[in-house]
Amino acid sequence: MIRELANPTRFMSLSGTLLPWVGGLAALLVAVGLYLVWFAAPADYQQGETVKIMYLHVPAAWLSLFFYMIMASSALGTLVWRHPLADVSQKAAAPIGAAFTLICLVTGSLWGKPMWGTYWQWDARLTSMLVMLLIYLGILALWRAIEEPNRAARAVSILTLVGAVNVPIVKFSVDWWNTLHQPASVFRIDGPTIHPSMLVPLLIMAVAFTLMGVALHLAGMRTEILRRRVRTLTILEAERLDAQAA
Amino acid sequence: MSHTFFIAFSYIVTALVIAGLILRAVIDHRIQVRTLADLESRGIGRRSRRG
Repeated sequence: MIRELANPTRFMSLSGTLLPWVGGLAALLVAVGLYLVWFAAPADYQQGETVKIMYLHVPAAWLSLFFYMIMASSALGTLVWRHPLADVSQKAAAPIGAAFTLICLVTGSLWGKPMWGTYWQWDARLTSMLVMLLIYLGILALWRAIEEPNRAARAVSILTLVGAVNVPIVKFSVDWWNTLHQPASVFRIDGPTIHPSMLVPLLIMAVAFTLMGVALHLAGMRTEILRRRVRTLTILEAERLDAQAA
Repeated sequence: MSHTFFIAFSYIVTALVIAGLILRAVIDHRIQVRTLADLESRGIGRRSRRG
């Protein structure tokens, strides 16, 4: 299956069929999720309506880590297995991961002000998330700095794998250190501590964001494949013009 | 500031960032499709290396 998908032509055909379905399902789930958030989920007994920020902040945080893991697996694919689509996947995932990290930080800050009395605190969770955004920006800058796609992919892969050290730090920072940020309340060994009336909309929003991210990733990969075809043809055209001039 | 401001601002920022991602994906895809079609219409294909 993976071997079949490794062929860019096969990938273009399959992703072309999948993309409208994934995108459509994402849009539908966003609509259902937002309806539940605004018309069904109750206000929190302590936070009041401010808890509505959670339905954006938490899925964005999960997707920030999710896309970093996609980039790290793609980086392994580039360096170890030289998978034809691995660096295409890495390049397409970086801006999406960076965007969700930015959403997580901004919404977290806007949630923090009314709840904690401050927009920002240099605690372990917030700081490691900021480091995550800086790593994403570094990766995006490196892609732009090296013109030749294969060389760029190898350099970015190394940076991505080094930066992967930050993923468990983000995840476990609230357990390892005493932070202002609360500990995990959904993925816990003893089960979620959120009431189902809030948990269900949260999970629907998380699935909707994930499908939206997957659709954007597929679209980004398709565009990157086209960009590489354009690059190859442009080089061929230059070679042909050189040959004619000679 | 009321809590409404923080909630509304969060939703606006998220909507703008996601709209930006979607718009960027659509525009970038269109540019590549148009450039590729232009190159191919000028007869530049993989086979031109052999021929």
